[in-house]
Amino acid sequence: MIPEPYVSILYALAYVLVAPVLGGLIAGIDRKVTARMQGRVGPPILQPFYDVGKLFEKENPVVTVTQNFYVLSYLVFMVVAGALFFSGGDMLLVIFAFTLSHIFIVLGAYASYSPYSHVGAERELLQIIAYEPMIILTAVGMYMVTKSFFVSTIVASPVPMILLLPGVFIGYLIVLTIKLRKSPFDLSTSHHAHQEIVKGVTTDFAGPNFAKIEIAHWYECVFLLGVIWLFFAWNPLIAIAAIIIVYFLEILIDNTISRFKWQLMLRSAWIVAGTLGLVNLGVLYYLKMVVMP
Amino acid sequence: MTYLQKSPWIVHYNASSCNGCDIEILAALTPLFDVERFGIVNTGNPKHADILLCTGSVNEQNKVPLKNVYDQIPEPKVVVAIGICAATGGIFRECYNVSGGIDKIIPVDVWVPGCAARPESIIDGVVKALGILEQKRIKMLEKSGSENIKEGDAV
Repeated sequence: MIPEPYVSILYALAYVLVAPVLGGLIAGIDRKVTARMQGRVGPPILQPFYDVGKLFEKENPVVTVTQNFYVLSYLVFMVVAGALFFSGGDMLLVIFAFTLSHIFIVLGAYASYSPYSHVGAERELLQIIAYEPMIILTAVGMYMVTKSFFVSTIVASPVPMILLLPGVFIGYLIVLTIKLRKSPFDLSTSHHAHQEIVKGVTTDFAGPNFAKIEIAHWYECVFLLGVIWLFFAWNPLIAIAAIIIVYFLEILIDNTISRFKWQLMLRSAWIVAGTLGLVNLGVLYYLKMVVMP
Repeated sequence: MTYLQKSPWIVHYNASSCNGCDIEILAALTPLFDVERFGIVNTGNPKHADILLCTGSVNEQNKVPLKNVYDQIPEPKVVVAIGICAATGGIFRECYNVSGGIDKIIPVDVWVPGCAARPESIIDGVVKALGILEQKRIKMLEKSGSENIKEGDAV
């Protein structure tokens, strides 16, 4: 038996090693399903790994040398956020590290001189403003149910969280569409080729630096799907089914809805966070305090 | 086979083409031909690209942008000239403002003939370019003297 304190470190290590593989596979399946939805054959499942391998074979032209630092920080803080989450750490600290990593990619985009890069950076900031309230509300909702911000306590809770936090869950799904860079919210950069102001924040990153952004996105994807697990933590089988259904829905939305303007993205993300999220928390508070104190 | 050959990303530049060849390039992305099954992605950003697909006879207005797009593609890179205009200037050859072919401005590796070039021959040209891309990669490694190019070198 592994001693108690080492279990969390083991989980964090497992995340650091397994998440890029899992994230790359998810990205590959994503591209395949997208192609099938459009009536195409689609690339091999392992295509994202070929892409990243290719990018590491290319030269690394940088506009300013600070870009290297910002991209590396983006990757490192994304790994830290995910590792904290999977080791059962404090949700608030996880959100802090997660936001910090995105600030680094925005800084990286601002460090170059391309107007495309600057537009992408501004839009990335708008996306952070749009999703941040809902992510915090998700953590607060989980705190109200389990009386703890620690992921280890939340995941061990026998309460079916989804039944108490349905509004928060739907709000989180909207935010997930922003975070996974799916249409209609893929404003700052897009997965689809030849789009969104010639790739927004990633405009001036080429070769190995661009590969690091891709790998960071894989880590991010696994972490975000891990949060969905928390809603269904009382039953792992349902949790896995929920993650698969949610991801399929994201691909479907990606392929059927055209891109919004940033005003509509900000408004819809905040209105959902303000209504579904806050009302959900209000009802929960009322039930805890008044109905069954 | 290296990763480079499994994931060639293209950037497409129209140097005063009549749009005939350009429509055929985009036709290669449709469900019928679906070049993404070979890992080919049509990027809009030369910094993400490996292969430059270029159409048209190049006139005075767009030879500087063409050179610019070529210079921004990170090494190793190849250029595929598509259509007869890109090869020789085609029927516009005698015009006062036409350079007469992509190779007057930037080095070209593969020529795809036709007016307009067919999607099958464009895909064939890109596949030919992959072999040249691999040779250039090996040459680049020999030049840098190590397996890895030095991280973060400004070029």
